[in-house]
Amino acid sequence: MARKHKSNKSSNTIGLVFLGILGLALLIALLLQGNNVALLNPKGQIASNQYNLLRNSTLIMLILAIPVLSTMFYFAWRYREDNPKAVHDTGKTHSKKLFVFLWTIPFIFLVILGNGMLRANYDLDPKKPIDSTKQTITIQVVALQWKWLFIYPEQGIASLNLAEFPVDTPIKFELTADEAPMNSFWIPNLGGQIYAMTGHSTTLNLMANSLGDFPGSAAEINGEGFSRMNFTARSVTDSQFSQWVNEAKANGQVLNWDAYEELIKPSENNETSLYSSVEANLYAKVLIKYMNVEGH
Amino acid sequence: MKELLLGKLDKNALPHEWFTIGGSVTFILMFLAVVAFITYKKRWRWLWDEWLTSVDPKKIGIMYFIVGGFMLLRGALDAVMIWLQQSLSAGSSHGYLSADHFQQIFTAHGNIMVFFVAMAFIFGLINYIVPLQIGARDLASPFLNTLGFWLFVAGVVMVNMFFFLGGEYAATGWLAVAPLSGTQFSPGVGVDYWLWSLQISGIGTTLGAINFIVTILKMRAPGMSLKKMPLFTWGSLCSMVMAVTVFPLLTATLFLLFLDRHFGSHFFTTDLGGNAMMYTNLVWMWGHPEVYILMLPAFGVYSEIVSTFTRKKIASYASNVIGMIGVSAFALLVWLHHFFTMGSGADINAFFGLMTMVIAVPTTMLFINWLVTMYRSKILFKTPMLWFLGFVGTFSFGGMTGVILAMPPADFQLHNSLFLVAHFHTMTIGGVLFGALAGISYWFPKMTGLRLNERIGRYAYWCWVSGFALAFVPLYILGLMGATRRLDHYESSTGWQPFFIVALLGGILIMVAIVLQVVQVIATIIQRKQLAVSGDPWNGRTLEWSTAPVPPAYNFAVIPEVTGSDAYWDIKQQASKKVVYEDILMPRNTASGIYISAFAFLTGFAFVWHINWLAIVSIIGIIAVIVSRNFDENTEYVLSAKEVEKIETERNKEFASKQHDIKKYEDADMGLIEFIRVVLNWALKTVRLKK
Repeated sequence: MARKHKSNKSSNTIGLVFLGILGLALLIALLLQGNNVALLNPKGQIASNQYNLLRNSTLIMLILAIPVLSTMFYFAWRYREDNPKAVHDTGKTHSKKLFVFLWTIPFIFLVILGNGMLRANYDLDPKKPIDSTKQTITIQVVALQWKWLFIYPEQGIASLNLAEFPVDTPIKFELTADEAPMNSFWIPNLGGQIYAMTGHSTTLNLMANSLGDFPGSAAEINGEGFSRMNFTARSVTDSQFSQWVNEAKANGQVLNWDAYEELIKPSENNETSLYSSVEANLYAKVLIKYMNVEGH
Repeated sequence: MKELLLGKLDKNALPHEWFTIGGSVTFILMFLAVVAFITYKKRWRWLWDEWLTSVDPKKIGIMYFIVGGFMLLRGALDAVMIWLQQSLSAGSSHGYLSADHFQQIFTAHGNIMVFFVAMAFIFGLINYIVPLQIGARDLASPFLNTLGFWLFVAGVVMVNMFFFLGGEYAATGWLAVAPLSGTQFSPGVGVDYWLWSLQISGIGTTLGAINFIVTILKMRAPGMSLKKMPLFTWGSLCSMVMAVTVFPLLTATLFLLFLDRHFGSHFFTTDLGGNAMMYTNLVWMWGHPEVYILMLPAFGVYSEIVSTFTRKKIASYASNVIGMIGVSAFALLVWLHHFFTMGSGADINAFFGLMTMVIAVPTTMLFINWLVTMYRSKILFKTPMLWFLGFVGTFSFGGMTGVILAMPPADFQLHNSLFLVAHFHTMTIGGVLFGALAGISYWFPKMTGLRLNERIGRYAYWCWVSGFALAFVPLYILGLMGATRRLDHYESSTGWQPFFIVALLGGILIMVAIVLQVVQVIATIIQRKQLAVSGDPWNGRTLEWSTAPVPPAYNFAVIPEVTGSDAYWDIKQQASKKVVYEDILMPRNTASGIYISAFAFLTGFAFVWHINWLAIVSIIGIIAVIVSRNFDENTEYVLSAKEVEKIETERNKEFASKQHDIKKYEDADMGLIEFIRVVLNWALKTVRLKK
């Protein structure tokens, strides 16, 4: 009688655990309704490939994890001391074969996963230009405290906290920072991060595959305005893009060196703004500022 | 003149914001309560002689647990504050904390949890258990051990010092990445407090680690070759070797940052040739191994628990040891995976990504090894085993997300997101903290002679596990939704708020779990008569179980002979031998560690506030105490064979009456309702007596 009581208790526990997991899953499914799960819902070529790697490697790992975990929990239940049906053989010693078995299984998975990782690693190198029939557009990004300056050297314009670019066109972001700690540039829908650092120029190639506004953020802690250092990445058609460039040229402010010196002073919650003309070689000047050993 | 005397200290440094006033008043009240209690009980002499100046690693271990437990409450409170802010601060609402204050809280949370909770618990376990497991009477240098502990305490005081003076902690994230941590972006004293807190406790860790390596390598009982060493000791050895390898790196890095901040040098600044990327590299060359320094002893704990509670030898001892050595070796080669996004290029990222994935091989192997051990075993289901199963579930999930994060292209998307935060919490809570809690519940009978209340322990366990799931599953999802870590505010259009609220509920549930664990310990003390057990309640396999509960200061009256990896199991199978006692050389208690740490604290404090005379005086003080300690020839005494025999006979008599079978009194454990009833009764009685 006592034994029966005990095993009821343990199956109750197991039932509750399952119910809990199910409940949590349902709750999350409910809360996710209508939201932008950016990483599972990529809108750009790089993000799609990154998502594929994420999904495939998760599935491969589950092939190992599910059997190991379910056997583990099954054994824990099955070989409990008061289970009369189980064979208890505590004196058993194990052979050399076991040693090989233990190491081979994870090793096989390492080879499969590592192989996939290496291929994706070179494919998705942020420095690697994206193949396309369309010409790549370069956007130079300067992380300031706490806002993002986007310079379009080919178009001769600039914008603050708004990166607009044509869809299905490779974009080459060149990034640095000025008077700011390290920053990380992230557009979750389009693809992954790269740091923007003073005195360095990093590169990130991205390409949007659909139209729309995508949130962008600064992902590395950088002081008080950190949470509000957001920008919009706007993917538009070719004609909309040239229209936008013309609008900037017609109505934008002038970003000469003096205006830039004013701009880099720390400020939060900056509105989007456009610049009709930009100080010549501004990006290079920002970089060189930090190579000057005399200080600045 | 004032500047000469007090440096940058002035009236503004005194608490004047709600959190500094609240914090300092709370600390002062708690301190006064403890002082009043000890004075009332007239226990000052006892406290000083028996505990504070003790060089007994068992007592130092317990003190690590007490400080660590206290800091766990402090860190968990920080966590709830973080989640509360994040649950409130969406759209037009900005929560109840300023951005700066919020950033200080998560920085403090990270530092406290890693340095003063996880490290405390791991060092506590190593202190208590390792000497017992290897059949040693003491450590190689008992003095170095107390010094390490007190330096750790000085670090704890330093990390909380900002409540009283200065009013700000670092707002830079737990590793204070450069150049954010330089004076250009963080001119206040917060980063200095951070720096000295880690610097002082870090030096303590290095000293402790050297001590344990020497102890493990040189002081094992006769017959215990490295191949027969218990697995917890192996995990500890790997961990301590790593600590000695990387903690000096932290010390050097912090020293360079100190030069930058105090003397205006340019190691990590943005200008004049400073290289902030160097800081990131150096700090992670320490930082990644650090998590394995915590994890390896925990792997050891789990291996011990599986072996004891399945009543089987671990399936492949050799694999287990090789696995742990492999983890510690490869852990030194993966630091760059913390900043794949810095733009090092595909080749470098490929190397570090691959090295990180290699670590998953020995880790997975450990899991399969435990699995095979459980096959056809006879499992005794007690809370330590429950913690193990909780660890299996969480850690394997965290391990999978870890492998994903090890792949540079995936990491580009997940880096600095809440997915990452959820990942490392899965590892540190599910791996390290569960390991520490499992270890404490497993060895509690050894440390106190009482087994922990099972019933409340189970409640606490389930609150921990479900609180953990509720708190961190939403964080994984938030990461996938593109939420970065450390946000004090976000737009309501993101749809993140409900997830933060669920996470907050999980955090509160974890708080309940921690409170239940305190209740569990109190309930155990209340029922100390029923819960008293023998030295070997679980039918253990390693040497620590051969000693009496609460082993005597000298651990072993007779040093055991070891024949296999499960030394005590083998001894139990043999006929008992006649005992011959011998003289034992014992270390004397010393307060030098306390004095040195006090001076170290003052040195740090002086540098925080630029009080130069105090810094010079304190450094001279440190040197003076070390020199005088070195001239002290009276650091040991002999406990004669006769005295040992007397102590042993008394102890044997006392414990002969204790339970040997853990199962018998199972139903005696009080539940929560019973606990409340007893506490209320006691309170009523006290009040009546007073009247």
